[in-house]
Amino acid sequence: MGNMNAESERVAALEGMGCSRKRREDPRFLQGKGTYVDDIKMPGMLFGVMVRSPYAHARVKKIDKSRALAHPGVHAVLTADDLKPLKLHWMPTLAGDVQAVLADEKVCFQNQEVAFVVADDRYVAADAAELVEVEYEELPALVDPLQALAPDAPVIREDIRDKQVGAHGARRHPNHIFTWNIGDKDKTDRAFDNAEVTVTQDMLYPRVHPCPLETCGCVASYDKARGDLTVYITSQAPHVVRTVVGLLSAIPESKIRIISPDIGGGFGNKVGVYPGYVASIVASIVLGRPVKWIESRAENLSTTAFARDYHMKGELAADSDGRIKALRVHVVADHGAFDACADPTKWPAGMFHVCTGSYAIPNAFVSVDGVYTNKFPGGVAYRCSFRVTEAVYLIERMLDVLALKLGIDKTELRLRNFIRKDQFPYLTPLGLEYDSGDYETALRKVLDAVDYPALRAEQAAQRADKQAEWLMGIGVSTFTEIVGAGPSKSCDILGIGMFDSCEIRVHPDGSAIARMGTITQGQGHQTTYAQIIASEAGIPASVIQVEEGDTSTAPYGLGTYGSRSTPVAGAAVARAARKIREKARLIAAHLFEVSPDDVEFDLDRFALKGSPGQFKTLKEVAWAAYNNVPEGMEMGLEAVDYYDPPNFTFPFGAYVCVLDINRYSGETRVRRFYALDDCGTRINPMIIEGQIHGGLTEGFAVAMGQEMPYDEAGNLLGATLMDYFIPTAIETPHWDTDFTVTPSPHHPIGAKGVAESPHVGSIPCFTSAVVDAFAHLGVTHMNMPHSAYRVWQQSRALGLAER
Amino acid sequence: MSKKTMVSFRLNGKDTDVVVEPRELLIHTLRERCLHTGPHIGCETSHCGACTVDMNGMSVKACTVLTVQAEGADLLTVEGMAQGGELHALQEAFMQEHALQCGFCTPGMLIRAHRLLQEIPDPSEEEIRYWMAGNLCRCTGYQNIVKAVQYAARKLRGEAVQTSHPLMGETR
Repeated sequence: MGNMNAESERVAALEGMGCSRKRREDPRFLQGKGTYVDDIKMPGMLFGVMVRSPYAHARVKKIDKSRALAHPGVHAVLTADDLKPLKLHWMPTLAGDVQAVLADEKVCFQNQEVAFVVADDRYVAADAAELVEVEYEELPALVDPLQALAPDAPVIREDIRDKQVGAHGARRHPNHIFTWNIGDKDKTDRAFDNAEVTVTQDMLYPRVHPCPLETCGCVASYDKARGDLTVYITSQAPHVVRTVVGLLSAIPESKIRIISPDIGGGFGNKVGVYPGYVASIVASIVLGRPVKWIESRAENLSTTAFARDYHMKGELAADSDGRIKALRVHVVADHGAFDACADPTKWPAGMFHVCTGSYAIPNAFVSVDGVYTNKFPGGVAYRCSFRVTEAVYLIERMLDVLALKLGIDKTELRLRNFIRKDQFPYLTPLGLEYDSGDYETALRKVLDAVDYPALRAEQAAQRADKQAEWLMGIGVSTFTEIVGAGPSKSCDILGIGMFDSCEIRVHPDGSAIARMGTITQGQGHQTTYAQIIASEAGIPASVIQVEEGDTSTAPYGLGTYGSRSTPVAGAAVARAARKIREKARLIAAHLFEVSPDDVEFDLDRFALKGSPGQFKTLKEVAWAAYNNVPEGMEMGLEAVDYYDPPNFTFPFGAYVCVLDINRYSGETRVRRFYALDDCGTRINPMIIEGQIHGGLTEGFAVAMGQEMPYDEAGNLLGATLMDYFIPTAIETPHWDTDFTVTPSPHHPIGAKGVAESPHVGSIPCFTSAVVDAFAHLGVTHMNMPHSAYRVWQQSRALGLAER
Repeated sequence: MSKKTMVSFRLNGKDTDVVVEPRELLIHTLRERCLHTGPHIGCETSHCGACTVDMNGMSVKACTVLTVQAEGADLLTVEGMAQGGELHALQEAFMQEHALQCGFCTPGMLIRAHRLLQEIPDPSEEEIRYWMAGNLCRCTGYQNIVKAVQYAARKLRGEAVQTSHPLMGETR
C-alpha cells in the first residue's frame, strides 16, 4: 500500500496528462500583469490612426494632407503614393490575392484604409486624422453576392479586371474569384436521377465577426542603427508574419523579430496581416521610431476578418427508409472586395468538403463560387476550422430537412446513416480519411441524458394545445470536425508546409524550458503543453516553462488556428519529450553501468528492470547530462521536433438543444443545452470544458443574434456593440457538458483538437431547435440569426402571432 | 489642444497626481500615465466593461469617465486587489474555477465582482449574472465566472471552499 501511495503522489506531483491542472497563465492575468500589445511602451513611441473611407465604392480623386501635417504633434501622413515606391500599397493575402494597404485609385469597401496619420499620441493622431481631406467620386456599390456575376454588375477590382486566371483557376467575370469543385459529379447526378426521395434546401450562413475583446494592433520598431525590425503584434501566426514581412520589406528574416505577447483572444480574427500592421512598419522605418497602432472596436468589426457569408444550396438523395445515397451542394461565397480568406493554399473553400458529415454517404459533389462584393475581406475566422462551420451547418440542416420529408425522427435518421465504429479509418467520397469515431455511442448517451422520448412526448402535448403561448423546439447536431492542418503534401500557408514544432531543453537542475511554434490566445498552452512533457518525460509540469510567440526564440511553426495546436504542436511536444526520455534512459544506464535494455522509464525516473528500488530520477539524469554522459554522446539534454502530421484529427460531438419560443413576441428561451464532445485523449479536462463553454456561447450568439447587414449603398449596419450581439452573463444559457474518449490512432498521444467543435456543432443545433418549434406547421428551415424579430416574423407568417 | 489640469486622486491607496487635458479619459490616464495596464479597452460604446475600476465605492467604466472627474476620488484597480503578496479571494477563485482564459476581461470582471460581494455577500446565481452583465467575456461563456464569484463569496464568508475542477482528471 505504501508503494501505491508513493506512486499516486508521484503522479500528482507530475501534474501530467489528464489532470485538471490550474493554469500557469492565471497569476499574471489576475493581477493585471499580463502584457498585451497596448501595454507596451517604448522610448520615442508614436501612435498611428487610420483615415478610412466613408463610401463602399468610390474613386479617390484627391487627398489633401496639408492641414493634418501642419497640426502640432503630427510626424507623418502616409497615403498610397508614399507606399508605391516601396511597392507596399498592395500586399499579398493568404488566399493568393492582393489587398490594398492604403487605397490607391479607389476604395472598395466602407471604412477601407485611405491614409495613416502618425502623431505624438492617440489623441493628437485622432485630431489630425479629422484634418485629412479626401475627395471621392461615388460609384455604384455591389452588396448582393447573388448579383455579383450579372453582366452589368459594377466591376469592383479594376486592378485585375482582365486577369483571366486567378490564384485558384479560371475567372469568368471581373467579380468572379474562383470556382472550386470536388467529388464525382456524374455519379452524384446519377444517384439523384435514380433516387426514391430527394430534398433541396437553400440556406444562408450570415456574415458574422469573431470580435475578440482585444482588437488588433501592433507596435512596430525599426532600429536604424542595428538595421533590425521588432514588431509586437496581435498575431496568431507570428513566424508566418515574419516570413511575409521579410518578403515584403527585403529585410532578411534574421533581422526581423515578431513577438506575439499575451493576446486578448484571437478566434481567427488575428491570423492574417492587416493594413494597420504594414502602415505601422513602414512608418517606423521612415521615422526611425516605434509606432503603435491600436484599432477601435468599430474598426475591428468593420475591416478585419469576418466569418461565413456562405449562400448554400444543399440536396440529398435517399431511399424511402432514409438511407442517404448522395449529397450535392452549391455555394456562392461572398469574400468581400479582396480575397483575404485565410486558408491552406490549395483549399480556397477550406475544408468545406467535410460536408458529408458523420454519415456514410456514397456519392457527393460540391461546387463553390467565390465572388467579390463591396465589403471588407475575410471569410475564414471565428472557430470555423477552415469552413467546417459551414460544412457542418449544411449537412446537419439537410439531415433535418430529409427527416421531415420522410417523417422519420431526426435522431433515428442519424442513427441509420452514421459511419459505424468499425468503418474507421473511413474514406469519404470527397477524399478525406476520418481517423476514428463512435458516433452511435455518443448520440445514445446524450439522448439518454436528456430523456429524449420524454421531451418529444412533452412537445407533442404542447403542440396539441392550440392555446399554448410557447412553442417547444428540440435541436440535434451530430457533427464531425476536421482539425489539425495539416499534412504538408496537401496543406501549406504561402508555400510553407503546415507542420508545427517544439523545442525542449532540460537544465542541469532538472527543470526545463520548452517552446513551440504555436501561440496561445487564451487556450491554456502554457499549462497544457507542460502536462504532455510531464507525462512523456517525467519532468514535473511545475518546473517546465512554456513559451510561444517570439520568432527569435521559438521554433518555426504555423501558429494557432483551426484547432491545430494539440494535433500538430501537441504531437511535436510529445515526440520531443520522448527524445529527451530516450536520451535520459541511455544516460541512466550509463550511470548504472548496465545495458540500456536493462533500464526502463517509470513515471519520473529510470529504474533498473527487476529491481524497482534502484532508480535514477530524471533530475539526477539531467545533472549527469551536463557532466557525465556515455562515451560518444553529446552533452546536454534537449530535443527538437518538427511534426508533419500524417492526417488531420476528426473529433466529433453530439449536441441537443431544447428551447421555447413565445409565439406572440418571437422571444426564445434556451431551456437546456447538452453538449457531448469526443476529442480523443483529454490533456486537461478543466481547460477543455472552458473551451466548450466559450464555443457554445459563441454559437448561441451567432445563431440567435449576430449579423453584419449591409444596405444597398454598401453601408455596414451595426458594426459596434450598440447592435452587434455579444451575449452577457444574463443571456448566456447554462451549459451541460459530457464526453466520450475515442483516441486518434495516428496521433502520438491519441489527442484530437477540440476548441472549435463547440462553435461548429452548436450553431446548427440552435437552428435545428428553432425550426423544430415550427416543424409541425411545415417549416423546414429558417435563416439565422433567430432574433426575436425574425422569429416573430415566422410566427406571424404562420398565423400564430395574433392573440 | 486645451489647457492641462492637475488632478489628484488615491489609486490603490497611494496619493497620485496627474496633469491631463480635460478630455482625457480615465482609462488612458490609468494605463498610460499611471502605468496600471490591468484595466483594458474593449470597445468605444461603453458596453464591454473591460475598463471597470472601483471609484468611490462604485463600479465605473473608466472609458466613460474623464480624468478630471476623478479629482479627489478613491480608485481601486485590479493591481490593488492582492494584499501582502496574497491573492484576493476573488483572484484565487477565478484561478480555482477556471474563470479566465485570455485574461483580457478579467481585471474588469474582478473589480466588478469585488463590488458585488461588498453589496451582496451571498448572491444567487441570478444576482451574479445580473450584476456582471456590464462585463463582456468572449472566452469563458460566463459559467465558470459565476462559479468563481460563488467560490469567493463562500470564502469571504468564512465557509469551506473547494474547486469544482478536481486536480486529477477522469482519464487517468
